[in-house]
Amino acid sequence: MRRKIDPIELDDLDRQLINELQNGFPVSERPFHDVAVQLGSDEKTVLAKLTRLRESGVLSRFGPMYHAERMGGGLTLAALSIPEDDFDRVNDIVNAFPEVAHNYKREHELNMWFVLATETPDRVEECCHEITEATGYQVYNMPKKQEFFIGLRFDV
Amino acid sequence: MSNWQMDETDRKIIKATQEGLPLVEAPYEAVGAEIGLSGDEVRQRLNAMLDAGVIRRIGAVPNHYALGYTANGMSTWDVPDEKVKEIGEKIGALDFVSHCYERPRHQPIWNYNLFAMVHGKDKETCMKRVEMIAQMLGEDDRGHEVLFSSKILKKTGLRIA
Repeated sequence: MRRKIDPIELDDLDRQLINELQNGFPVSERPFHDVAVQLGSDEKTVLAKLTRLRESGVLSRFGPMYHAERMGGGLTLAALSIPEDDFDRVNDIVNAFPEVAHNYKREHELNMWFVLATETPDRVEECCHEITEATGYQVYNMPKKQEFFIGLRFDV
Repeated sequence: MSNWQMDETDRKIIKATQEGLPLVEAPYEAVGAEIGLSGDEVRQRLNAMLDAGVIRRIGAVPNHYALGYTANGMSTWDVPDEKVKEIGEKIGALDFVSHCYERPRHQPIWNYNLFAMVHGKDKETCMKRVEMIAQMLGEDDRGHEVLFSSKILKKTGLRIA
């Protein structure tokens, strides 16, 4: 899946929404209304704004962020080294695995890096094996051994 | 962390929300309607999963490319194994670093054991920041490399079948 990002103009409310909603979203009956009140707007406007932000690709996701390992699942980062002229074919195969949550092209001999999120921990190894079989390239599995900090957030 | 266990109802909720919440006035009611639950039940379950850390948070994930954070350098470091915790904590505390992990080496193709995602508005800013880390590490930096992403090939949430 390659999602096209349309460059769009962001106004103050767009920016506030992007910043605020990275912190969390109410679990209430009318959460968009609650957000709107907090930002001095109204529910209809907030919904329209968020719809536009999501459709344009500025927001790649909006909803619960599940923690694979605590769900009892497996998670890993893995890499492949693929010749440029075979990249698209391999990309299609890799992306077709539902367990592949993120996939990035990177400038290195190891040029495809993807996150595998699996329902069970054992499935990680299986998946790596299946991708190796399906693509013909060795998957380098790099599961995390220690985590030091996670605080991904972007201010606009 | 509680000893939360996924049951069939949770599984249905996860399946219905892993692609995101519907952008409608009452999103939890809408999710519930799809799977035969009330909005209250959906909210209770989501709150329980938030408490258990099964959901990290509910909210928005911006596409950093679209926001102009185009550089997104994955800095990778070869540091002494016995010092990886100390060094990882130092790097992880930097405000331009989003994730920092120890990962296994795959010699000879991959000699790095510490990963730190460095963000900036452009490549140059990222490289300066990586240089700062290198100086901070001194001799413990036995080699590093920065892998820039040239394309997002796929980006979804987790999926369960």
